[in-house]
Amino acid sequence: MTQTLGITVDNISVTYNNARLALYDASCQVQPGTITGLVGPNGGGKSTLFKSIMGFLEPNQGRVSIDGLPIQQAQKRQLVAYVPQADEVDWNFPVSVWDVVMMGRYGYMNLLRIPSPKDRRLVRESLARVGMMDFCNRQIGELSGGQKKRAFLARALAQEAKIMLLDEPFTGVDVKTEKAIIDLLLQLRDAGHTILISTHDLASISTFCDRVILLNQTILASGKTEEVFTEENLAMTFGGLPIRGKGGKEERKKVIGNR
Amino acid sequence: MILDWFTAPLQYGFMVKALWVSAFVGIVCAVLSCYITLKGWSLMGDAVSHAVVPGVVVAYALGIPFAVGAFLFGFGATVAIGYVKENTRLKEDAVIGVVFTGFFAFGLVLSTKIPSNIDLFHILFGNVLGISQGDIIQTLIAGLITLVVILLRRKDLLLFCFDPNHAKAIGLNTKLMYYTLLLVLALTTVTALQTAGIILVVAMLVTPGATAYLLSDRFDRMLAISVGTSLLSCILGVYLSYHLDVATGACIVVLLTLLFVAAMIFAPKYGLLSQLRLNKLYSQ
Ligand SMILES: Nc1ncnc2c1ncn2[C@@H]1O[C@H](COP(=O)(O)OP(=O)(O)OP(=O)(O)O)[C@@H](O)[C@H]1O
Ligand SMILES: [Mg+2]
Repeated sequence: MTQTLGITVDNISVTYNNARLALYDASCQVQPGTITGLVGPNGGGKSTLFKSIMGFLEPNQGRVSIDGLPIQQAQKRQLVAYVPQADEVDWNFPVSVWDVVMMGRYGYMNLLRIPSPKDRRLVRESLARVGMMDFCNRQIGELSGGQKKRAFLARALAQEAKIMLLDEPFTGVDVKTEKAIIDLLLQLRDAGHTILISTHDLASISTFCDRVILLNQTILASGKTEEVFTEENLAMTFGGLPIRGKGGKEERKKVIGNR
Repeated sequence: MILDWFTAPLQYGFMVKALWVSAFVGIVCAVLSCYITLKGWSLMGDAVSHAVVPGVVVAYALGIPFAVGAFLFGFGATVAIGYVKENTRLKEDAVIGVVFTGFFAFGLVLSTKIPSNIDLFHILFGNVLGISQGDIIQTLIAGLITLVVILLRRKDLLLFCFDPNHAKAIGLNTKLMYYTLLLVLALTTVTALQTAGIILVVAMLVTPGATAYLLSDRFDRMLAISVGTSLLSCILGVYLSYHLDVATGACIVVLLTLLFVAAMIFAPKYGLLSQLRLNKLYSQ
């Protein structure tokens, strides 16, 4: 076995119940200590890839490992945090922002989940880091879109995971907050965290992503931002090549392979 | 006069028993109902309650405690529902509809074909005024197990209802939580059988939580309100049932529903009136 740190996605294919292939033969590496941007069109399979990495979906084939461990073991060791896309949450649920962030600490608590002073301190610090301390007593639905994002980011921070997956943290977020989140991500990376983030904000990618993965049904390219994040490759990812037709993947690989 | 209405029935042992058993059942159901409404499992509650019928019949025929048969069939039905859903392309509500009516109908057939002295009417509508010592013990055991399990796992179960993906992400066993919740659902149904009867158990499993949900944004408060409304309805319901000579379960559920309607209209934040008031404020 090769020694792999970070995230290794090995030949994953996912089909949903409607029998449509959402992701096929996807393989990629997320290098430790980097920020990796995940870029692709709507429906390109970004969220599906996240969910496969997290084990929320059972892929039809392929394997994922995190720091060389199967995903479940990595999760038991609190190695991975996941910030969901906003539409996956029941915003009417009767919990406060504080309660939600505290959920990031459950993995460290005893079976009764009684918070220790350290848990409370980390929740407070996490809320402060995303500038949400003033909202900690609000019900989770009583927040703006950007505040909701920050609340869930705080939960991921409280979890103190080495690896963080963020699914579109910038949608519906104003420029100032986006900048603040990016600064936070850079701080985390400099502290040794590994971050995989999907976004549609192509303009900001090269300002903070060390590496980029291009995704449309399968991994089209991955590598250093300056090498992979080119206009030609982007045209390929978002552009009009056949997506599910026979040989579509081969065709695209051929083109992208020439980069 | 009013005091008489409350104290006079207490001279009968069966009324005292009915009162405290119903109050206990009310508490157990109210606690679980918070989780059931938040998880969106109301239909599952209905399914479990109907699915216990064949279990009750078989248990009586074999001479084992009714709670054991009811629990096995109730829990079995939920497992069957899970299995059918995983392995067909049907939506959950269709699967639930198919499975529980199947169990229920099978139970009806059994109850007429297996000679026993159970009264179908009592299974369907409950009979807490005539509850036997043995049944009380079974009710207590099932209810206490439920309360203890929920108390010990309450935070995890809440997280499971709110965000099962996060539960997984921090390494918790969500399969186990899923089955724990089904297990306590089946146990609670068993607890409430004698009081509410199969047809109305679902109301006790859903309405208190639904009422409380309209009244609160915090889970702890929701829990307290749910228990409060449920207790009130159960105790008053038993009295009403005695004075009016109506099935106890029906009285309890009518009261629960009235409280729900009141909450729907008058709730300070999510009530119809407060929304009307807000709309008016803005249209001016
Ligand atoms: N629960 C589901 N059931 C069936 N099909 C699904 C489901 N979720 C996603 N899909 C399909 O899988 C494909 C990939 O979806 P996915 O959500 O991964 O895309 P995405 O890249 O995250 O898109 P977006 O940028 O819009 O978030 C799409 O074609 C989508 O229609
Ligand atoms: Mg997505």
